[in-house]
Order: sequence, then C-alpha cells, then structure tokens
Amino acid sequence: MGNQENTKEKLLNTANELRWEVGENFHDTLLESIYNNATEITNLTVSYNNKGRKYNFDSSLDKIVTSRIFGFPIMFLLLALVFWLTIAGANYPSRLLSFVLIDTFQPLFRSAFIYFSSPWWLTGLVVDGAYLAAAWVTSVMLPPMAIFFPVFTLLEDYGYLPRVAFNMDSLFRKAGAHGKQALTMTMGFGCNAAGVVAARIIDSPRERLIAIITNNFSLCNGRWPTQILIATIFIGGAVSPHLAGLVSAGAVVSVAVLGIFFSLLTSWSLSKTVLKGKASAFSLELPPYRPPRIWQTLYTSVIDRTLIVLWRAIAFALPSGIVIWLVANVTVSDVSIAEYFINWLNPLAFIIGLNGIILLAYIIAIPANEIVIPTILMLTVLVSGNDAVGSGAGVLFEINSVNTTGELLKSSGWSLLTGINLMLFSLLHNPCSTTIYTIYKETKSVLWTFVSTILPLLIGFIVCFLVTLLFSLF
Amino acid sequence: MTDNKLNNCATCPAYNKGNLIKLGINMSDFDYVVALAGNPNTGKSTVFNNLTGLKQHTGNWPGKTVARAEGAFSFNEKKFKLVDLPGTYSLLSTSTDEEIARDFILFGQPDVTVVVIDATRIERNLNIVLQILEITDKAVLCLNLIDEAKRHNIIIDDRALSRELGIPVVPAAARQKEGMTELLNNIYLVASGEYICKPRRISSKSKNFNNSVNKIVSEIEKEFPGLPNSRWVALRLLEGDQKIIDAIKSGELINLVKVNSLTTVPSV
Repeated sequence: MGNQENTKEKLLNTANELRWEVGENFHDTLLESIYNNATEITNLTVSYNNKGRKYNFDSSLDKIVTSRIFGFPIMFLLLALVFWLTIAGANYPSRLLSFVLIDTFQPLFRSAFIYFSSPWWLTGLVVDGAYLAAAWVTSVMLPPMAIFFPVFTLLEDYGYLPRVAFNMDSLFRKAGAHGKQALTMTMGFGCNAAGVVAARIIDSPRERLIAIITNNFSLCNGRWPTQILIATIFIGGAVSPHLAGLVSAGAVVSVAVLGIFFSLLTSWSLSKTVLKGKASAFSLELPPYRPPRIWQTLYTSVIDRTLIVLWRAIAFALPSGIVIWLVANVTVSDVSIAEYFINWLNPLAFIIGLNGIILLAYIIAIPANEIVIPTILMLTVLVSGNDAVGSGAGVLFEINSVNTTGELLKSSGWSLLTGINLMLFSLLHNPCSTTIYTIYKETKSVLWTFVSTILPLLIGFIVCFLVTLLFSLF
Repeated sequence: MTDNKLNNCATCPAYNKGNLIKLGINMSDFDYVVALAGNPNTGKSTVFNNLTGLKQHTGNWPGKTVARAEGAFSFNEKKFKLVDLPGTYSLLSTSTDEEIARDFILFGQPDVTVVVIDATRIERNLNIVLQILEITDKAVLCLNLIDEAKRHNIIIDDRALSRELGIPVVPAAARQKEGMTELLNNIYLVASGEYICKPRRISSKSKNFNNSVNKIVSEIEKEFPGLPNSRWVALRLLEGDQKIIDAIKSGELINLVKVNSLTTVPSV
C-alpha cells in the first residue's frame, strides 16, 4: 500500500513539474491544437457547391428581428399577438366548460350526495370544496393554456427564443448579469421552477445565483390566467368594447415587460452590492430557423405542457378547495376563521391598495398560483354575504361569465386601483412552493432561498403602496 | 415469390429497423449503455425520442436539456440504455451542464458515445468531437441535419470524415427519421466490438506539449494499467484540474478500471 502511495505521489509530482515546463499557456496551446485539428479535418472533408449562390433567407430575417431598431418592437408585437389570440380565443370555450362542469354537473353531484343522505359537512367538503375548486381551475385555465402553449411552442420551435436572448443580451450585461439569463427568463414565462433549473446553463456561480433569484419576475403560466382575467374586467372594462381586447392584451404585455424591468433592476442591484462582479462573456449561437412541424408541436405542447400544468393545478386545487371550505365554514363565536384572518389582514392590505381577501388568497395559494382567483372569488362571496349571485356562503362562486365576475368584485368594493394592484402583486410576490423548493435544491442555501422568497414580496408591497399613493393624489 | 422477397429484406441490414423495439423508460437489465453528446441544439433529444419512443420536449434553442434524460431500446436482441446528455460546446470548462456531460462520459463509461453534430456547422462542432475522442475509444458520429446542409449547398465526404476521425460516421436527418437504422447498426457494431474505433488524438505543433503529454501518459499507465482514458487524465493533470488530482489521490481512478458500472456516476 505504501508503495502505491509513493508512485501516486511521484505521478502527481511529475505532473506538477511538467506543468511548470509547459507553462501557463498550456490551456491555450490545447485549445489552439483542437481548433487546428478541426480546421484540418474540415478542409479535407467539406466542400461547398457555390453554383448560383442561394438567397440566404435566415440571415435576412435575422437582420430584421435582431436589428437595433425593430428588434424590441417586433418582440413586443409578437408577445401582444400571442396574448390577444389567447384572450380572444379562450372566452367562449371557458364559458362552455364552466356551463358543463359547474352549472350542470355540480348541482347533479350535490343532489346525488343529498339523495344518499350524506352529512352536510361531507357534501360541503367534497362537492362545494374539492370538486368546485377543481372544476373552476379547469374551466378558467384549460382554454387559455390550450391556446397559449401551442402558439408559444411554435415560436420556440421556429427558433425565435435565441433571437430574444440576443436582443436582451446587452441589457443583461449592463445589469452585470449573464446574457444567458435572457434564456432562463424566457423559460420562466412557462414555469419558474423550470427556469430556475435552466439556470444551470450559466457557468459562473454569481451570475447563476442572480438568474435564480430574479426568475420569479417572469410571469409563469399559473399567473397568466389571473393577469388575463383581471385585465379583461378592469382594464378592458374601462375602455370602449371594440378596443377592450386589444387594450387588455396591451395591459398584460405591460405587466410582463414590467417583470423584465424588475428582473434587470434586481440583477443590477445585486451585482452592484452583495453579488459584486463583472458579466462574463459567452457565445450565443443563433440556430437556423426551422419550419415547425405543426401537428407534432400541437401534440407535444398539449400533452407535455397543457395537461401537465392542468394536472398540477387540479392536484393542488382539490386540497385547497377543502381548506377554503373549512376556513369559511368553521366558526369561532359565530365568525368564520376566514373572516378573522381577513379582518386582521385588512389594515395592511388597504395601505397597499388591496384587501384582506386577496392577501389571504395568496397565503392559501402558496402551493399553486393557479388557484388565486377561485380563492378570491369564494372568499369575496363569503364576506359580502352576496348570496344572490353565489350559491351560498362558503361555496366557491359559480362563474359563468367574465361579466358576473366583474360585477361581483365591483360590488364588493373593488376599483380600477384594486385591479391594477392585483395584477402588480400577482407579478411581484413570493414564488410558489414548488419553485421555492427547487431554488433550495439548486442553490443548497437556506439564505439564498429565503432572499429569493422575500425579495419579490417586499418589492410587491413597495410598488403597490407607491401606486396607491399615486392614485390618491388624483 | 413474395415470401422470398420478404425474407431477403429481413436479412438485409437496411431492414434492421424492424429489429428496433422502443422500450421507453423500461430500463431493466440492459446490455449496453449509450450516451448522446454534442453541441447544444444539434438534435440530440430528437434522436433520443426516435430511438426510445419517449417524448422528451425538444426545442430549437441551445440549452434545452440541462439534466440528463434516460430511456431504453432494444435492437438485435440486445437491450440498450440511452442517456441524453446536456449539449456542450466543450468539456474543458466548469458550468454544471458541462460537468454533467463530462462526468458521465468519463466516470459513467458508456459502451458507446454517440456524438450528434450539426452538418451545417462541422468545423465548430468538431471541437467537442475531438475532446470526446480523447476521453473514450468507442464513439459514433451522427452527422445530423444533413438535409439542411444539402439545402445550404454544403457537400460532406462522410467516408473521409470517418477515416480522419477513426469512428463510424452516419449522415442523418433525425427530424425526418432518416439515417436512424444506420445509426442503430453502427451503435450495435461499436458496442459489440465488431467495429474497432481508432479515434483521432489531438496533435499539437508544439513539441513541448506533445512530449509532456506522452511523459505523463506513460506514468499514468504504469500506475493505472488499463485505464481507458489516460490521455484525458494527462491533459487534465497538466491543466491542474483539482478534481482529477483528488481522484488520483483517493484512488477513484482505479475504480474506473476495475468496475465497469454506473455506480460512480454523481447523481444529478
């Protein structure tokens, strides 16, 4: 054994000595040799048929979509187009689904439960809690996702995402972050947990950490429906009907862009303070545009994304539905637990232009952002005692059109300010529990997980407070 | 007559795709481990899906795969486990995705490493091919996107390329499922040892460089006889890679020679 140790030592010593001999530029010599070898082989094996040089469509298109002048406007227009398609296309199937799942099946289930003389609390938990939450999430989320994901995937398959990264690169570099953060950020528009994992493509630990902390500023698909619904009710509702679709799509794009802005701002602040350092250089390859295979894209985006996301939402909605029903129906001296919480949260919430219901909904919805809106509606019905529109206190509200949702919220004291602040707060609050867990797994640090969780929440409070202040001035 | 024709087909190697059984994620008792490596966005995941029947999401942007994905297929009555590695431009830097790829090829010791490259960007893609050939002797080059290369008037002499690199070269268009049968055949030939690769090693113009590498290689071979990738270890030692120095000190390198299994793969 001792002998073996000796030869090992000897080997390492030789290596050490030789390292001095070959000098510091060994790495460069190695890379140079690799490049030389590659060139040599290429010269021997590759030739070009230059007869009648073909017009290069790719580079002409790249000149436009990555140009200094048109790059960003094209990006925003494409984004707006995607949302407009989603908003315009999702309304009708949403209504149809809610008619089937909520207006038709839910009463049937309830009568079935009553027929088999189930106790009132069991009917409540299962039919008015779990089932209704799941049905609500399905009818609100499925149609927009079934439109948004395929369209977005088509853009992705065509090769547009690296161009977005190319356009954004200089901004991120100026913020002291890695240019590849533009890619992880775009991933975050699908799912923040996926975006956090994608930050592995960034070499430097400092820049990777920045990308992880700021990924939450990308609106994830759990938050798109909230944005779209609230924008339709409060922003679209404030303008003339034929402009409503366009204006609400514009509002959603603005919130998304605001998210990019906060992502840059936070990256900049971090790289100037606790995570000091310079942005490292990297090469980004612009892949050729490839005509997307439409049917396959539709298939994979429906199976891989839409259904998986929907499944997750339902899995979280079922227990949350039960929790909502419980906090709404378990009373202490005639006041439900939910009301205690709401009254306790109200003072803080009013300062930032929201209300206790919204804050409570965000606490209940930590596992999944998808169920924020259903929770808010249910709690609103409970507190306002608006039995006429809902089917009774403590039951997830039956929504069959965007209009009734709007009327309910407005009659409970919601204003344009509440709508705007909810959109802002939906962008700027803590990540969902899955993302928090993923951040911990990727960083292995309690401190940075804590920072990533609290920082957006803090920014959310400050921004909503400032907006409220601004509104009170006019 | 018809019967005869059918039989002839079944014995012809071109018919062999009929022998492919996509096993999805059923990875029990495999005979060979195959790794898929290469630059980002060259179609590794598309090849992966074609062979395993799985539906890994593919995307037209670099960096889509950051962890490794695993699947299985059976071909010529042998079971293969296929590992889709993150795409990397080199194996010499330190980002997590590159480490996953490098550690798997180095410590996971796949029976065959399929390097998928973009036929429209051969020169740049060859960098990773040459680095991988320093690590492993058993590799197959999948010259993917050959249809796009044709569209761009690029002519590639794949037989000369195979001669230069010392490994089988298979032109393919994975999105159109073209060339998959030939790829399978070559994976099988290399895995079973019927095709013996003579991989090209990186040669330098600097004598000092070549001498130093050779000197350490001979020392390593004395200390760890039979180590399959002594040249790579030598290159890393000359760069002062702490991980390799530790692996020598702890004797982990010896395990590489003795145990041809996946037990030393760091979990992702």
